[in-house]
Amino acid sequence: MKILVCISNVPDTTTKIKLVNNNSGYDKTGVQWIINPWDELALTRALLLKEEQGSPITEISVINVGTKDTEPTLRKALAVGADDAIRVDAEAKDAYYVAAQIAEVVKNNGYDIVLCGIESSDYNGSAVGGMLSELLDVPSVSSVSGLFIEDGKVKLNREIDGGTQVLATETPFVAIVQKGIALDPRIPAMRGIMMARKKPLVVLPPADIEALTEYIDYEMPQAKSACKMIDEDNAGDMIRLLHEEAKAI
Amino acid sequence: MSVLVYTENWEGKFKKLSFELLSYASEIAAQSGDQVVALSIGKVGENELNLLGNYGASKVLAVGYDGELDNQVYTSIIAQAVEKEDATIVIMSDNFTGKALAPRVSAKLKAGLVTGAVAVPASFDPFVVKKKAFTGKTFVHVKVNTAKKVISLIGNSVEIKETANAISIEKFGATLPEAKTSVKEVNRLTGRILLTDAEIIVSGGRGMKSADNWAPLEEFAEILGAATACSRPVSDEGWRPHHEHVGQTGKIVAPNLYFALGISGAIQHIAGVSGSKILVAVNKDKDAPVFEVADYGIVGDVQKVLPQFITAAKELKANS
Repeated sequence: MKILVCISNVPDTTTKIKLVNNNSGYDKTGVQWIINPWDELALTRALLLKEEQGSPITEISVINVGTKDTEPTLRKALAVGADDAIRVDAEAKDAYYVAAQIAEVVKNNGYDIVLCGIESSDYNGSAVGGMLSELLDVPSVSSVSGLFIEDGKVKLNREIDGGTQVLATETPFVAIVQKGIALDPRIPAMRGIMMARKKPLVVLPPADIEALTEYIDYEMPQAKSACKMIDEDNAGDMIRLLHEEAKAI
Repeated sequence: MSVLVYTENWEGKFKKLSFELLSYASEIAAQSGDQVVALSIGKVGENELNLLGNYGASKVLAVGYDGELDNQVYTSIIAQAVEKEDATIVIMSDNFTGKALAPRVSAKLKAGLVTGAVAVPASFDPFVVKKKAFTGKTFVHVKVNTAKKVISLIGNSVEIKETANAISIEKFGATLPEAKTSVKEVNRLTGRILLTDAEIIVSGGRGMKSADNWAPLEEFAEILGAATACSRPVSDEGWRPHHEHVGQTGKIVAPNLYFALGISGAIQHIAGVSGSKILVAVNKDKDAPVFEVADYGIVGDVQKVLPQFITAAKELKANS
């Protein structure tokens, strides 16, 4: 069984967003680029599955659609333990463009399980995994918080609106994973970092695909007005204010 | 042509988000001159279906199928409805269901997708929609270049508007493809207010001190008809279940009123609640970052504040 983990290259989640060039972009100076947190959890789960005794997983690949700037992020995925990496050499224009590029690679390489994070922390699109599965015409299981392989059969835990499901599916499939899939992301060790330099990172030319959407410009949220403070000893006043002034109760 | 709304129901009744989606669709339809068609999947009674007319739908396609959510099967039903109604815009919620279905529908129809939309389109030609980015730290305007469009809307982004429409209900016998996933087990949070659907959320953080201190918080929530939630350290410690975790890596919520009790307001937590209309913070540290984003605040001990909240809330409810 081969697993492909889709990796998005995003600014560190603590990055303060500052708009530049008439709000057409954000300031990228000094930004730390990381593996999208949910993709990192997906990769961690894939590695744990591969390490299980008698695991049917033989290979874990990672893929990113991006320019050469994203290679350090792919190297980090290799350092954590992925076997090989693929970079489709193109700007990630929109979710459809990215999904269609990855779909081409999956069709050529034949993975059994494709893992995507539930969203990327930059544009919060939650779109690539679902689109990819539709383009491949395979099942997708979304908001997955548990992924297990027992006797060669796949079992997933999934959160739905108003509950949870335990389900089985056939391979190949796409799992779109969220919190719970792994507890903490794996951190690369020095040995892993050394080994990562020698692992294959294949650069592929992009397929001819047209994006369906484009980002025009950005807008900062309105600044909140000052917080109205109420005394600890008169806390009940808060409830009356919320009723009379804010009309929220 | 039409604007198609994928509605959602819970225990036989439409969720509030369905009315929001219809209100949103009605605003679009008023500008484009299209009609609003609601798609309902599941076992929903006729009276309930008729309700959808109150929010601008002129037609309901009712699919009686109530199988467990399989992304391929539901996508197929939505795509068939799009074709039948010649829909140019499909609207759904940006919740787990919407995240599961919107991208598949988009790819199937080659329709440009905007997820996490927060407002009606700023313009129709070009078609530009404002969406959340960087988990609420900024917004981005997205231009959709395709004739067909799919939009998923964040909860509480638009006001629900009542506009009574004459409504026709049509039973829609969509062709169901065979599901490739099989559901072995379902656990439903029956009889509970869903966190992602709640008007009021009472959320506790590390300042609650231990798992044993949650009773007053739960009591307060119950008086208000609120859902309970928690911050990440609390669910990591096992004081509360993981499905209550609100924040960047947990659930993103946007209620009318959010109580952050004993939550300092780390950037990851705020990212998950920044869509709340009114945010109330109680924290013993006056410099806690939560006060920078709160509308109302108390510097103090949650243990002392909560009993006063409960008394005041009981009085309020008794008098209303």
